[in-house]
Amino acid sequence: MAVKLTLANYRTNVHNDWCPGCGDFGILSAIQMALADMHLDPSNIVIFSGIGCSGKTPHYINTYGIHTLHGRVLPYALGAKLANPNLIVLAVGGDGDGLGIGAGHFVNAGRRNVDITYIVHDNGVYGLTKGQASPTLKRGLRPKSLPRPNINEAINPIAIAIVAGYTFVARAYAYDNKHLKEIIRKAISHKGSAFIDVLQPCPTYNDITTKEWYAGEDRIDPETRKPIPRVYKLEETGYDGEVQSPDPTEAEKKIVAALAKSFEWGDRIPIGVFYRNPYVPSYEERIASRIPNYLTMPPARQPIHDAEKHPTADIERIMEEFLVTEA
Amino acid sequence: MAQNKVSWMIGGAQGTGVDSAANIFSRAAASSGLNVFGKREYYSNIKGEHSYFSVTLSNNVIRSHMDEVHLLATFDSETIIRHAWEVESGGGIIFDPKQTSEKITSIPTLEKNVVDGILERLKEEGLGNSVMDVLEFAKRNGVKLYPLPYVDLLKQVGEKIGETQLSILSRMTNVMAVAASFALFKLPQEHLFKAIEQVFKAKAKVAKMNTEAAKIAAEYAVKNFSNNEISFHIEPKPVKEQRLLINGTSAVALGKIVAGCRFQTYYPITPASDESVYLEDHEVFESRKVEVLAENPHQAESMELDGKGSIVVVQTEDEIAAITMATGAALAGARAATATSGPGFSLMTEGLGWAGMNEVPVVITLYQRGGPSTGLPTRHEQGDMLFVLHAGHGEFPRIVIASGDIEEAFYDAIKAFNYAERYQTPVIHLLDKALANSTMTVKKFVYDDLVIDRGKLYFEWFSSNGPYKRFEFTEDGISPRTVLGAAGGIFWNTGDEHDEFGHISEEPINRCRMMEKRMRKLETADAEIPDREKVVIHGDVDAPYIVVSWGSTKGAILDAIEYHAQHGLRFAFAQVKLLSPFPTKILQELLPRYERIICVEQNYSGQFAQLLAMRTCIKPHNLILKYNGRPFSFSEARDTLKRAIEKNEARIVTNAGA
Repeated sequence: MAVKLTLANYRTNVHNDWCPGCGDFGILSAIQMALADMHLDPSNIVIFSGIGCSGKTPHYINTYGIHTLHGRVLPYALGAKLANPNLIVLAVGGDGDGLGIGAGHFVNAGRRNVDITYIVHDNGVYGLTKGQASPTLKRGLRPKSLPRPNINEAINPIAIAIVAGYTFVARAYAYDNKHLKEIIRKAISHKGSAFIDVLQPCPTYNDITTKEWYAGEDRIDPETRKPIPRVYKLEETGYDGEVQSPDPTEAEKKIVAALAKSFEWGDRIPIGVFYRNPYVPSYEERIASRIPNYLTMPPARQPIHDAEKHPTADIERIMEEFLVTEA
Repeated sequence: MAQNKVSWMIGGAQGTGVDSAANIFSRAAASSGLNVFGKREYYSNIKGEHSYFSVTLSNNVIRSHMDEVHLLATFDSETIIRHAWEVESGGGIIFDPKQTSEKITSIPTLEKNVVDGILERLKEEGLGNSVMDVLEFAKRNGVKLYPLPYVDLLKQVGEKIGETQLSILSRMTNVMAVAASFALFKLPQEHLFKAIEQVFKAKAKVAKMNTEAAKIAAEYAVKNFSNNEISFHIEPKPVKEQRLLINGTSAVALGKIVAGCRFQTYYPITPASDESVYLEDHEVFESRKVEVLAENPHQAESMELDGKGSIVVVQTEDEIAAITMATGAALAGARAATATSGPGFSLMTEGLGWAGMNEVPVVITLYQRGGPSTGLPTRHEQGDMLFVLHAGHGEFPRIVIASGDIEEAFYDAIKAFNYAERYQTPVIHLLDKALANSTMTVKKFVYDDLVIDRGKLYFEWFSSNGPYKRFEFTEDGISPRTVLGAAGGIFWNTGDEHDEFGHISEEPINRCRMMEKRMRKLETADAEIPDREKVVIHGDVDAPYIVVSWGSTKGAILDAIEYHAQHGLRFAFAQVKLLSPFPTKILQELLPRYERIICVEQNYSGQFAQLLAMRTCIKPHNLILKYNGRPFSFSEARDTLKRAIEKNEARIVTNAGA
């Protein structure tokens, strides 16, 4: 594109009605920054969302924006991407959306490895319905809207994503949106299904894993007299989740290491890329191995009629198997 | 004496070649010049339960099966026990003489109430409880018995082809039953050999073995049964036009390819998945190169098409994903569809509502089967119509079309996509198990002159047209539609009520306008869709009585009213094809002209009759209903229509079929 794209190109003038201080703002601006940094043509990008506060995200971004059903964001996104693999497809949704009602789609999307980026807004609560427990809320916790402490175990989104087959699995923190932006950029550049679990406070309903809690304001370093943050960056510790060769044993080792890492929580919470495997063929490549012209003539781009609007498909040869031939 | 139609039935345990036998018989009969209608019945089971196939043959157009069997071909006891009763006097039963001593009570797959009923009938006749007694019962009713010594004949086949293993030889039992049947009907054998070759074309050795088996069985039949012929024969007449012998799922699949459907999703379900599996098997097909079209920049790339088109078929994790994924593909500009049956459609309703709200042209092909819940998974019913018309919360427009037969199903599949894109709304193409699994000779599909109508579709939006508004208020309710990725055409979608751009809006004036805009599309569709695509009037228009029906009952009704016309009882028949928008005006003008309005449908509650009353305030005089899971036969339609006229019962329930 000849026109220089700036952040403004990715913004709409729709009034944003998220609660003040919501982690969603960090995610929104990180997405916009990543797209602007990458100079991606807004009309070639589609952002899908589920239902909930995060579901409104596409309305604030000046790209194609498809706000879908609760839990169903992935199949919508996959359908669009497979119909036209030239599109840049992002999906966003809440933790309840993706890991509760949409868990079946979440797992099965991993099996396909379609080239999309899926960002989960993970705040432990169902915000838009006033703070019920989400699948990522730890058992025994009782954010302020819960009448009783959470009776269910929390699931581990990173571990599930890895075993389901996502080939890029990362975590980020909504209030570190520069880091998040970089993760999003890497995810978009990755050829295959990328999953980003974004930790975010819900200032209205989650009074436990708050901004202050993530920042470690409850634990002051006696020497520096500064809080000791709970969140730390994997890349700063020398951790490397990137699979370097097509050898399956290497992928297995990285998976095991990433799974072990994914269980760290509490005083030390890792963010960054847990696992990336560029050697798994994407679903698009798998289709192209059967339909040779799939990538140049995908479903959405095939001409299906001529200038007179008559069908282009020719089924004469297919009909032969049904043809009644006189002896 | 030659009849104008004859019926043949073959049965056996599932997995023993009943389907392929019926396929060979049907192909052979069709290639001799006859028209064929085949009905397939099977249990929700893979191996062991009883299945059967009934084939009706005629030189005339044939559209339905009949209950009377003229020749029953069997190679197991259960088929004799279940179906011997259906064979007409003068007809015959081919059976294995080695199995006749078997006790009826020893067949584990026979339901207890079936066994009890049969034992009682035999007892009344003073007979015992073996297969031979059933055959004796039939014989007393004028049915001729044709013992075919399968094992002895198979040994002869083995000697000829150098095969001694009985387990291999026994795979040809079904073909021997077919060959003996062909001989008894005096149909030309060369067509049979040709059909065998065609069916086993991938396996030359198997084809040869089967041909030998067929020859030996036919010779045996000619030699041993010619002094005791059946009374039903048909003489094939040559036909000029090219015909297909095809089932409903394949016909719809072909229709979708022609329609330009390039993306199909499905979750496995009986009987719908056959369609998707067929499509996947034919995912790459021939396509004509086309001229570059100025309004579609992508057309320029058609030069890369290289004579090949393709359809991507995705097996999803459930039906919710099936409809939502197809919807995503439709947003990107592909013609997209999903195919399912009742239980799957139940899951799809939220996706249907979203597509309605966001005006997405997605096609749902729905093969109804017996409900509710899992119901009768492999059996037939028209029980989903009212559900389909009302599925989803809130109100949104949808177009619902119902095909009456396999030939219509092909052309309707194409229409479904045209309606979907023209009116930018989900279209449900309503079919059923009877259409899915029946086979029928139809005129070869002609599609060159069909029109692909994509409606107000834009692959690029120029700012000279003003800012792009996906849900722009227009007079006909239809807004210009860009596809995802179109330059200049950015839009938003949401399941929330929205403004013209697609952003959430709860403002009351906008809400009303948007609701009216969406619903207005149905009025536009009603005004634009030609009458012949809404209601087809068959039969004798000036008759005193009119039958009103929809879907696959068409065949039985047409065959029945044709029969009655020859016997002095005249009927008109209004086949309603468009269920939404409902053809209220046409029916309000048409129906009151008749003395008697008779609704025929395959459900318990008379769903169409209810809809008719709701939409037209017209209540039919007679309801003919069936909900036992088996499709209407010609015989049933014939008898119940007569009964409706003679006795004027408000509700007639019929129950034929095993």
